[in-house]
Amino acid sequence: MQDTSWVPLFPEGASSFAWEVDALYFYLIAVSAFFAIIVVAAVFYFFIKYREREKFATPPEIHGSIPLELFWSFVPFVISMTIFLGGAIVYYNQYTIPEDTMEIFVVGKQWMWKVQHGTGQREINELHVPVGRKVKLTMTTEDVLHDFYIPAFRTKADVVPGRYTSLWFEATKPGKYRLFCAEYCGLNHAGMGGWVYVMEQRDFDNWLSGNLSNQTPVQQGQDLFTNKLGCASCHAGGQNQRGAILEGIFGKEVKLVGGQTVIADEEYIRNSILNPAGQVVEGYQPIMPTFKGQVTEEQLVALVAYIKSLSGQSGTTAAPMTPAADGTTAAPANAAGAGK
Amino acid sequence: MENVDSINTGEDKGEEQVNYLTNGFSIKSWLLTKDHKRIAIMYLISVSVFFVLGGIYAGLIRLELLTPASDLLESGSYNKVFTQHGVIMVFFYLIPAIPAVLGNFLLPIMIGAKDLAFPRINLLSLYIYWVGGGLTLFALMQGGVDTGWTFYTPYSTTFSNSFVMLVGLGVFINGFSSILTGLNFIVTTHTMRAPGMTWFRLPLFVWAHYATSLVMILGTPVVAITILLLAVERLTQTGIFDPALGGDPILFQHLFWFYSHPAVYIMILPSMGVISELISNFSRKKIFGYEFIAFSSIAIAVFGFLVWGHHMFVSGQSIYAGLVFSFLTMVVAVPSAIKVFNWTATMYKGSISYDTPMLYAIGFLGLFLIGGLTGLFLGSVGLTVHVTDTYFVVAHFHYVMVGGTVLGYLGGIHYWWPKMTGKMYSEFWGRISAMLVFIGFNLTFFPQFILGYQGMPRRYAAYPEEFQVLNIFSTAGASVLGIGMILPVIYLVGSLINGKSAGPNPWLLPGLEWRTASPPPTFNFEKTPVVTWEAYSFGEDSGLDIDEARRESRVSPTA
Repeated sequence: MQDTSWVPLFPEGASSFAWEVDALYFYLIAVSAFFAIIVVAAVFYFFIKYREREKFATPPEIHGSIPLELFWSFVPFVISMTIFLGGAIVYYNQYTIPEDTMEIFVVGKQWMWKVQHGTGQREINELHVPVGRKVKLTMTTEDVLHDFYIPAFRTKADVVPGRYTSLWFEATKPGKYRLFCAEYCGLNHAGMGGWVYVMEQRDFDNWLSGNLSNQTPVQQGQDLFTNKLGCASCHAGGQNQRGAILEGIFGKEVKLVGGQTVIADEEYIRNSILNPAGQVVEGYQPIMPTFKGQVTEEQLVALVAYIKSLSGQSGTTAAPMTPAADGTTAAPANAAGAGK
Repeated sequence: MENVDSINTGEDKGEEQVNYLTNGFSIKSWLLTKDHKRIAIMYLISVSVFFVLGGIYAGLIRLELLTPASDLLESGSYNKVFTQHGVIMVFFYLIPAIPAVLGNFLLPIMIGAKDLAFPRINLLSLYIYWVGGGLTLFALMQGGVDTGWTFYTPYSTTFSNSFVMLVGLGVFINGFSSILTGLNFIVTTHTMRAPGMTWFRLPLFVWAHYATSLVMILGTPVVAITILLLAVERLTQTGIFDPALGGDPILFQHLFWFYSHPAVYIMILPSMGVISELISNFSRKKIFGYEFIAFSSIAIAVFGFLVWGHHMFVSGQSIYAGLVFSFLTMVVAVPSAIKVFNWTATMYKGSISYDTPMLYAIGFLGLFLIGGLTGLFLGSVGLTVHVTDTYFVVAHFHYVMVGGTVLGYLGGIHYWWPKMTGKMYSEFWGRISAMLVFIGFNLTFFPQFILGYQGMPRRYAAYPEEFQVLNIFSTAGASVLGIGMILPVIYLVGSLINGKSAGPNPWLLPGLEWRTASPPPTFNFEKTPVVTWEAYSFGEDSGLDIDEARRESRVSPTA
């Protein structure tokens, strides 16, 4: 995590109820240590004190003791009830949504988180929230079960197809915190995560009104591709990836479902991002969601620049003539790879 | 007690006495046997094969997690590896291991019976296990399954392209093996006890198996129904679990855990029975609070059916359901605590020997203690919201399943090995292995509690770099654990070739299984024993000739 907290090996806490969960955790560690020390000390003491001193000895018969049995049934029961009550209170706080919340919608999909703010902003695998505001996430999924988990906030909830589940938190510390999918969801489950950015209200307002960066288009595009838009969860990763292979395709001929072919130029890449179902590459399912309304023109330019760079193209200037010359030999190999 | 008289006669050449192993050598004499002991030995071999296979998968998992990136295995293969590790270990090792091997071998002998009540059904259950296991292995060879051993819908029904139905069929068929074994044990315990073997003279091993059998016959049909529904949905597109078809994915979780939580008790209760035997016998002391241990097994079996919802605290069930299941989970902790305290008290004023089985039992106590206490963490619902589906859960159930069941199994195998084979193993290597398993296990799984609280989710092929150090500890521990597990295979098999003859009762213990030859004859006893002593009585009234045994041991001291 970002900064180390005072307890080593202990995660940062950054939500209004994180301390409650931690307090419960330390209470349970204390209870466990108490019982473990008693039992382990007794076992070792007996183990050494009453070790075999004579082969086949016949020690005294002790049948048991009702008072002792009642004692060590009653005490654990009472302690377990305190644990239950503590857990119940914390659980109630975690899962009872307060009144005055800012609502954000979350849709899980193999393997990305799509977030939409009330004001219309969309983001992928990232969640920007203001500090000190109660935030409610209303969540569902397009496919299988997922689970929205922010360890620093000490909360999570499953995301279930066909229904809405919700989660709330109030972030207490500005910073960057990990976001995970905690319910197994298939091939790229481990890649279905990102970051939660907790910002001061002023920074959050600035963010809502759009953000600029001074990266080069390729860098910016790579950032969008691997992090912000989650393209990499389907379009990178090797032979089993679900999306079409992008390396080395620029300027080449691509075979489409239905037998047509098209040259993979800037226009084609742009169209494929905004309207993926329009021209699907042979051998792939039309599963890609549309990114229309989620990427700005600037971001599209950056993405195109990055995808070109995957084919060894320099970026800004389009030069379709050069690759077309040797495209004839490379095209069948590509088509075979895509048709797998 | 003519059996007792034969205890200390020294070398039994076994020339005139045919035991269950020498009663026929053909393959047919094994495959068509009705002898519960031969069936147990065949189970022992089969279960061991699955355990080794599951262990190889575990090794692959730990190797992959040595580094943050998914480099050794790409994520698709990793998902199959952890799924198959789970399926094989749970359904084909943990559930059958102790009941089908040790229970099968010992339950009839311990109650003084010639065999189980239904010997043919017993053989049938072995064949069913083979068919179920074989189908599952076949599915793995075809390409395997990647749904996690929990088969959660709708991933398993609609999205996974792996061999879900074939593995499901294997598990489905295998369930009937459990049911038949449970049925056999219950009927046998009710009807075949020797004269004088009252319910409260039964060894606690038998009580534990009785409780286990109740769970087996009541719980297993539910998982069979669940898998059947899964198949119906996958094959006929009827909406049961998939919301796209009008079904409910949470329903699957309810049905699955209604069996699979009690299944945890199918795995742990028999092991608790073994531990009761080990601690009492190697302390040479009557077990403390016999009735409390016996009835706590029954209480666990009953309450075990009421806590399935604690697997679903964050799945979208209502807050109130979460609270009720949390409460019931806390209640079920009490009988487990009672057992631990009684085992500890049993050692008080005993005469404790440090033989291998006892070391395993002490290891069990330590690991089960941690497993049980961290169960309280997970039962406390507010805390579970944070740690569920993380490595905290992984560590917890390995402490219970490996620390509890596997250590109980290994302790039991070492304890009854002389009875099953007539040979003694190397005590030196036995102790080394018990200690390696304990140390390696803790090194493997303790760091995972910390990882879990830090938030590392389970079932991740790749993970953020800040988690690497603890994962390296875990993988290092796994290699120690692996060595500790391989050792017994070597010295136990070695003992068959050059082990010393064990004699009928190497530790001079009172249980009925020690009052017949090692290995026992086909019908267990020359003559039906009459029981006149209480369980775990080591004194004169048990009819053991202690003075004679002492003289013997002075002549030839045991290793």
